[in-house]
Amino acid sequence: MLDDFFIRALLAGLGVAIVTGPLGCFVIWRRLSYFGDTLAHSALLGVTLAYTMEFNIAFSVFIISSLIALILIQLQKRTNLPGDALLGLLAHSSLAVGLVVIGFLTFIRFDIMGLLFGDILAVTVDDLLIIWIGGPLILLVLKLIWKPLFASTVNYELAEAEGLNPDRAKAIFTVLMAGIIAISIKMVGLLLITGMLIIPAAMARNISNSPQKMVVYSIIGGVLSVILGLFSSLEFNTSSGPSIIAAALFLFILSLLNIKQSIKLKN
Amino acid sequence: MSTNQNILVKLKQAGFCINDKWLVKGVTLQIEKGKIVTLIGPNGSGKSTTAKIALGIYKKIDGEVEKYTNKVGYVPQKISIDWTLPLRVNDFMTLTENLNKEDINEALSLTGVIHLKDKNLGDLSGGEFQRVLLARAISKKPELLVLDEPVQGVDFTGEIALYELIKKISDELNCGILLISHDLHTVMSATDHVVCLNGHVCCSGTPIDVAKNNEYKALFGEQASQILTRYEHRHDHIHTSEGEIKKN
Repeated sequence: MLDDFFIRALLAGLGVAIVTGPLGCFVIWRRLSYFGDTLAHSALLGVTLAYTMEFNIAFSVFIISSLIALILIQLQKRTNLPGDALLGLLAHSSLAVGLVVIGFLTFIRFDIMGLLFGDILAVTVDDLLIIWIGGPLILLVLKLIWKPLFASTVNYELAEAEGLNPDRAKAIFTVLMAGIIAISIKMVGLLLITGMLIIPAAMARNISNSPQKMVVYSIIGGVLSVILGLFSSLEFNTSSGPSIIAAALFLFILSLLNIKQSIKLKN
Repeated sequence: MSTNQNILVKLKQAGFCINDKWLVKGVTLQIEKGKIVTLIGPNGSGKSTTAKIALGIYKKIDGEVEKYTNKVGYVPQKISIDWTLPLRVNDFMTLTENLNKEDINEALSLTGVIHLKDKNLGDLSGGEFQRVLLARAISKKPELLVLDEPVQGVDFTGEIALYELIKKISDELNCGILLISHDLHTVMSATDHVVCLNGHVCCSGTPIDVAKNNEYKALFGEQASQILTRYEHRHDHIHTSEGEIKKN
């Protein structure tokens, strides 16, 4: 069954969607969508590194993304540049450096489109293993840090005052973000990973009234987007990543109908 | 004097400096079980900063803080809930600690907002939200309660009731309370110890001592001082509607 590329793609996509659901909620709550972008863009550097050193792609992307996150935290402490400028600086410079390095590696044929937008054909059994081991691991850690992370998302000082150690939770969460980017890069591509994180979560926000519900709907939304996106990409012969994101957007638009109704009810 | 076991937090010459500006400096105070310590002072005098030093939110501080408890309930001065967070009152109650239903209901009933339990936090009015904040802080039965202007935006009768509740909680749970308040009337009626701040400790002591202090008078004016003296002998005479003073 795993011989069929489509089944592999489906399994990979579902594994990713289950993890991006809850992480995406935190990305929205903590206003981290541009931070996610920055980590994803730096992933290109990780991919080139993997190719030159014949390393596992997911692992090297994870290392580079974590490194970029670390540099960002240091830069935030040491410079007076606003956060978004720093993120832009890191995002685009790491993307550019990654592309420049690719230019030097003339001996390797790169599927740049696949890297940027995802490639279902490229999903191997090894990738599936990484997704289905790494994914549940990320979810487990997220569950363990849920309380301090969520409390500090609501109010940092409250969490700190009542002894929850929000700084540690934040650092761990950053590593989890690098992790999800590493395992999902083949599915949706590095330009669209943030979309996979925030669009299902944004859709979920429109139809939920508690954080737990939002996480559950976000997972369901992601799963539906993957199924819908992959089948249509097969049907219309489009790239997998954009098709999944487009499907997520479609679900988001549907959820807007619900929010219009509730606004009407309120007035 | 009380033994050391009763001390929950102790500040010794504590201060906090950010960007070369001292927010507050040289604060010495201690909070004991069952006692209410109140911080008063004008805007920007370092009241909230002092509370955050005591809570351990500010880490790079001058001087010393010794904290002997981890069971803390905190009502911050301001807290904003983003629309992106779908959060009902019920979810908010268990934000930092898991509680059983009875404790949640009891706390919400005490502050008079049990009927809002399933409402979205974003839909509450300022006063309602303040009551929820207080309910959350007391529901975990803390040893130390830090209340930064806990009744802001609460209606007049509610304000009195909530202050009575705070006093009751301090007695029942035997918890120490650090209260920041602008309302000198209440401060003086329920507090054990007053610390008057203005970037540093202006004066401190029992409400009566502070009221007599000249620095306090200079800071708050003669009228504020009279509020206190009124409390001091509020039981030995009454003011009639004609303005006469009648002995009891």
